[in-house]
Amino acid sequence: MSKIVEGLLYTEDHEWVKVEGNKAKIGVTDHAQHELGDIVYVELPEEDDELAKGDVFGVVESVKAASDSFTPLSGTVTAVNENLEDAPESVNATPYEAWMFELELSDTSELDGLMDAAAYKAFCEA
Amino acid sequence: MHRFIPSTKEDKKAMLESIGAADMEALFVDIPKEVRLDRELALDESKSELEVTRLMNETLGKNISTDALTCFLGAGAYDHYVPTVVNHLSSRQEFATAYTPYQPEISQGTLQVIFEFQTMIAELTGMEVANASMYDGPTACAEAAMMAVAAGKKKKSIVVSETVHPEVIKVLESYLRHRDVALIIAPMKEGETDYEKLSTLVDETTAGVLVQNPNFYGVIEDAKKSVEIAHGKKALAINYVDPLALPILESPGKQGFDIVVGEGQGLGNDLQFGGPYLGFFASTKKLVRKMPGRICGESVDSRGQRAFVLTLQAREQHIRRYKANSNICSNQGLVALRSTIYMSLMGKAGMKEVAEQCLAKSHYGAKVLTASGKYKLAFDKPFFKEFALVGDKPTKEVNGKLVEAGILGGYDLGPLGVKNGSLLCFTEKRTKEEIDQLASTLEVI
Repeated sequence: MSKIVEGLLYTEDHEWVKVEGNKAKIGVTDHAQHELGDIVYVELPEEDDELAKGDVFGVVESVKAASDSFTPLSGTVTAVNENLEDAPESVNATPYEAWMFELELSDTSELDGLMDAAAYKAFCEA
Repeated sequence: MHRFIPSTKEDKKAMLESIGAADMEALFVDIPKEVRLDRELALDESKSELEVTRLMNETLGKNISTDALTCFLGAGAYDHYVPTVVNHLSSRQEFATAYTPYQPEISQGTLQVIFEFQTMIAELTGMEVANASMYDGPTACAEAAMMAVAAGKKKKSIVVSETVHPEVIKVLESYLRHRDVALIIAPMKEGETDYEKLSTLVDETTAGVLVQNPNFYGVIEDAKKSVEIAHGKKALAINYVDPLALPILESPGKQGFDIVVGEGQGLGNDLQFGGPYLGFFASTKKLVRKMPGRICGESVDSRGQRAFVLTLQAREQHIRRYKANSNICSNQGLVALRSTIYMSLMGKAGMKEVAEQCLAKSHYGAKVLTASGKYKLAFDKPFFKEFALVGDKPTKEVNGKLVEAGILGGYDLGPLGVKNGSLLCFTEKRTKEEIDQLASTLEVI
């Protein structure tokens, strides 16, 4: 049974979003890290990169695949989690703490399209 | 039925019977009559082994090779010495017949050789990582350019020096033609890259800067300048090198290059009519995930024993598909093996001696060929084993006379704008007597 955290928003691509004011931190869920397998590398965007919803923000590489990862929200990259360069396995160990990047949102209405914890739980069980 | 003997008439009859076909024609019944050829192929009647041997010998006898001619031709493919041991070991059935492993970890011997090859290339170039090899120098160079573009995200051009081998530039053009990447040529000045002009051509849209050292004309360039220029605009610095020169030149790694590529033919491989040759590819560790080709890694198995694996495969096209770093899914196993045997056999001291002999012999050659004043060096620059010589007649004519004297002359530089220019090469194989004979023959042409 995958772990799901209250208070976060979720996407159908199994990403979680933590909204802080007009910024959001984005990572992948427990379900995602389980499907990906042991993660060996995370390629992240650079600060000041402009991303539109649906753009590829980076690549999550596990032993079996290198998967493009898509941003659920539009905005400008304000920070990336540098810890992931040396410890990509933290995405497997603590997926909800291993945020990948932070965006300054350009369109907060996009948040309405995301799921809450209950909806995500139902989505996973479907 | 046997593996090495063709099927007999009886074998064929039995096979047809077992699938219920009356004859061979019955197997083609689904092919529409309109597209059938309806006649025999226009081939000669088969010949006996003796007749074929005779025919081949006659045809091949029309060639002359470096077996009969003293070779002073270089320009990217070199008459370096190949110790007999290299032929002897690489001809072993286990090496010569093995195809590229698709379950690589079962072929630990194959992987170990690749690992050794990578290690030697990394040491030779002074770089942190090297891959299992590419098809040849020119395509390795094109892949390096594409790696720079991939690493540079939004960057749109590659700047290459005019002193890079013209055929390497042609390959680069081919590879970049259908990608949205511009190829900008930085001009040369007196046989060397014009670094001042180069710096004006490199800007924020440049993904990579490529220089060759020693360059196509044999000149040893101050290649470090291209590193400063490239890094100044956050572009990658790429070096195309002659591995035989590396033992006595400052290593590209030390000079700060990001990617080092080249042609490995001179390391224990014959001229072979132009191939198969060997591309080598090395880079900084930071760029390893953008590197094309196979990479062999060292690990431990479940019993704690040293073991080899193909690693970082998620970047390759059989897994990453259209987003892979490259579509290459092979390497030049047998050719790389020969180079590995060569480098092991020669060792650091031996390879240094080869380089020193090339240097000494080319400089002796330059001295005796220009002694009378009939011929001049095209460029007054330091050189390694090749230099451009200018005379009073077109190279084609000169080379024709040289062949009559049993000498294979230099590469014709006329089409590249050096009038009556010839690029001559002096490897460690050339003797003082051969060089003196070249000089005396040239004197009377």
